[in-house]
Amino acid sequence: MASNPMYQFNVYRIGPEIKLGSVDISFTNASLFMVISSLAILIIFNLGAKKKTLIPDKLQLLSELSYSFVAKMISDTAGSKAKPYFSFIFSLFMFVLFCNMFGMIPYAFTVTSHIIVTFVLAAFIFVGVTIIGFMKHGLGYLKLFVPSGVPMVLLPLIVVIEIISYLSRPISLSVRLFANMMAGHTMMKVFGGFVISLGIVGGWLPLSFSVALTGLEILVAFLQAYVFAILTCIYLNDALNLHH
Amino acid sequence: MLKKIIILVFITCFACFNTLFAAESGGMPQLNPEFWISQIFWLIITFGILFIILTKVILPKISDNLETRKSQILENIETADKQKEESQKKINEYEKIILDSKIKAKNYFNEAREKILEDINKKRNTLEKELDEEISSVENELSEFRNKSGEKINKIAAETSAELIKELIGEEVNSSSIAAIVEDQAKLNQERKNVV
Repeated sequence: MASNPMYQFNVYRIGPEIKLGSVDISFTNASLFMVISSLAILIIFNLGAKKKTLIPDKLQLLSELSYSFVAKMISDTAGSKAKPYFSFIFSLFMFVLFCNMFGMIPYAFTVTSHIIVTFVLAAFIFVGVTIIGFMKHGLGYLKLFVPSGVPMVLLPLIVVIEIISYLSRPISLSVRLFANMMAGHTMMKVFGGFVISLGIVGGWLPLSFSVALTGLEILVAFLQAYVFAILTCIYLNDALNLHH
Repeated sequence: MLKKIIILVFITCFACFNTLFAAESGGMPQLNPEFWISQIFWLIITFGILFIILTKVILPKISDNLETRKSQILENIETADKQKEESQKKINEYEKIILDSKIKAKNYFNEAREKILEDINKKRNTLEKELDEEISSVENELSEFRNKSGEKINKIAAETSAELIKELIGEEVNSSSIAAIVEDQAKLNQERKNVV
């Protein structure tokens, strides 16, 4: 049923069924687009890093600008202590960005529109940040849940709220990306369906909407990747420099 | 706000289409756990490889490139500064030389001028001395002459008055008494002149 706006999110097997024990790890269309995004990143940045000219060409400029963009983002939000995590955040930002952007190609699959993918990324970040926090500050990291300058009466309530907000970080991080991508793609599909069903007479309005939405979605694709990366930086900042 | 609107629109659209295509739809494909493990597996593989290659190969190259560019630019700026300094030094030397030569030229000029002035002064002084001597000798002669002229005038006046008296009266008068009268008169004249 191709006209179902949710149909685009279907995952199906490509090639043979691969089983690891009793678990199915077959290569799917989602896997295909993960591979495509990663390969695209690797090819573009490898080409950009290959030539070492004083005056960069276009690809080199692109890779160097992205490098300094992410580096500035990290140093602005998490300070100089976060430098060792630069390559992870860079990979994360680029992966999410390329997955989002490849999802904008018609008939392409959007990897990040699946809650399981974003949740695994967010959970990994959450666990990693928590481990870093405890390694840096020991049990002192628990001070994160006790903000300074709060009256004693409110303290139990605040601590509970802080713990809940901390634990909900992976959920909010993953759902934000997933919901944005899914909502945008569903809306585009819905307006595309309106274009067909309203025909040549009335189809122009949803078509123009579709065009506008495409622009908006490209913006959202970049913005969500940016938000994902910068929230990671902020969580990392909490773990590295205990502020409360 | 925008996100909320988008999600709201999505939910309404989703509800509409769920009722429209109720026949087949089994909810969101995202919540179907059939391929979850596969997705997690491939995510870890692809992202892991991406992360490792970026970390080990590509990012060091980019940062290297950025660093070398930075250092090269700094070096270039340094050499440019050095050269600028050197050229400034050379300019200073050049200006010093020009200034020195100007001062020398001025000194030469001044020396020559002083010499000439001295010369002129010497000559003028000697000339003035000579002139002064001449003038004083002439003045002396003049004053001598003037002093003598009074006596001569008196003599002449006495002689003429004696002859005048002889002509008028036909009688000779004592010349010494005339001379005395003339002298008196001359003195009177002198006094009157002095008074005037």
